[in-house]
Amino acid sequence: MEFSVNHPILFVMVGFIIAAVLAQSAFFLIKAWRRGKELGMDKKKLRKVATTASVFTIAPAVAIVISVLALSKKLGLALPWLRLSVVGSLSYEAIAAENTSNAMGLIGSASPNASQFVTIILVMTLSIMVGIWLVPVVCKKLQSGMVSLEKRDKKWADLFSSSMFIGMIAAFVGFVFCDVSRLWSANADGLAEVVKKVTENGEKVEKTYYYKTTSGLVPVCVMAVSAVVMIILGLLSKKNKKAAWLADYALPISLLIGMASAIPFVALFGGEVKV
Amino acid sequence: MKQNMTYMDKVHKWGTTWNLSMMVLLLAFPVVVALLFNAMPDWQGLLMGLLATAPMYWAVGVVETFTYIPMLGAGGSYLSFVTGNISNLKMPCALNALEQAEVKASSEEGEVVSTIAIAISSIVTTIIIILGVLLIVPLTPVLENPILTPAFDQMIPALFGGLGVAFVSRNWKIAIAPVTLMLILFITIPALNAGTVGIMVPVSVLFTVGISRLMYKKGML
Repeated sequence: MEFSVNHPILFVMVGFIIAAVLAQSAFFLIKAWRRGKELGMDKKKLRKVATTASVFTIAPAVAIVISVLALSKKLGLALPWLRLSVVGSLSYEAIAAENTSNAMGLIGSASPNASQFVTIILVMTLSIMVGIWLVPVVCKKLQSGMVSLEKRDKKWADLFSSSMFIGMIAAFVGFVFCDVSRLWSANADGLAEVVKKVTENGEKVEKTYYYKTTSGLVPVCVMAVSAVVMIILGLLSKKNKKAAWLADYALPISLLIGMASAIPFVALFGGEVKV
Repeated sequence: MKQNMTYMDKVHKWGTTWNLSMMVLLLAFPVVVALLFNAMPDWQGLLMGLLATAPMYWAVGVVETFTYIPMLGAGGSYLSFVTGNISNLKMPCALNALEQAEVKASSEEGEVVSTIAIAISSIVTTIIIILGVLLIVPLTPVLENPILTPAFDQMIPALFGGLGVAFVSRNWKIAIAPVTLMLILFITIPALNAGTVGIMVPVSVLFTVGISRLMYKKGML
């Protein structure tokens, strides 16, 4: 069989694996739903959880489709479709593919042959496999640890889980500010220089990119807009009973308005400058 | 299945079976492709590729597993570590669901809510990707439109703005120290960026838990 990165048989295989992923999700959904009913949880509440989750997922999922597009230029459509439907993320998959391509001397956007393709899939799959097998090994022990903590000291157990959530959010809040330092690092031309390691002609080289010094403010402003929208929606839903539904969709709405605000902010503060 | 098994026991049993089966299926894919096209892997490329990629992601994978399980619940963890996109999608989705249903992650109600949210999110994501793949030709110019690009580039800030307000406002005393530390680190250290934020999550989580413990012991919380 002659190989191509978009060979129909690849789509059939990937389709089969993705059907299994869907089956696992559906299986857990049904089991949890039934358990919720057994526990006497309000059906409306469960339905609300499901609706909010699906509305919230749309924008991030479209962003994942864009990642599939980005990877498909070199790897065809089937492999990125699989890789971004299972464990991983754009940054991880791109790094795994690039590391392997470099090792094999597969330069630029040239498509891999069958042997190189198999090698790339193996690296992508093996390098991110830890979570899939480690969760079954440690999940039960960790969960029972949480339960016994709850029994020993309920207040601390609540604080413990709130602290974990806050810790994760704090890391991302810090990340949003990571380019702010461009403001005080302008060169003689008034631009901020960022040196990145990139691959050119199969070799890792350091390349300088130039940005407007104010460009680091874009993510900060986007986060601020999203936060303000969230606050306004929270206040509205509390004040007006007719607007109570807003509380359910506050996160997806603030996400979308925040993302949309990036368009004028980039126009205002600028981004990369080609020199 | 034995009658005396609790729901949680069953979740662990189902999760183990599903995750190990998915692992076999994912590993079978490159093997079948190799057999079908009669192509052996490039062994040297494989070794070099793995050496350049695996050590870091294996380490991150171990730390992420221990960090995320208490937050995602059992069912949610088994699913999330198969379907991926945890910090940018599954975790915020579960957090929002727990918050709105007013249940705690550690309770059985919390387990149910978080599993439903993550399962629905996985199904919707998978379906949207399938639609994206089917409609790739008409969609490409829209999704790669330079006017829209900034909006998708800024998804994470837009996500954590809304989520941050909801959580930080209720736990502001816990939040002051980690938010300050992370701001200082990310602003002053150039190596901290989109590629390394995943490594900073466990660091920040450990720091926050430590500070909270200290404040709790001193009666400040």
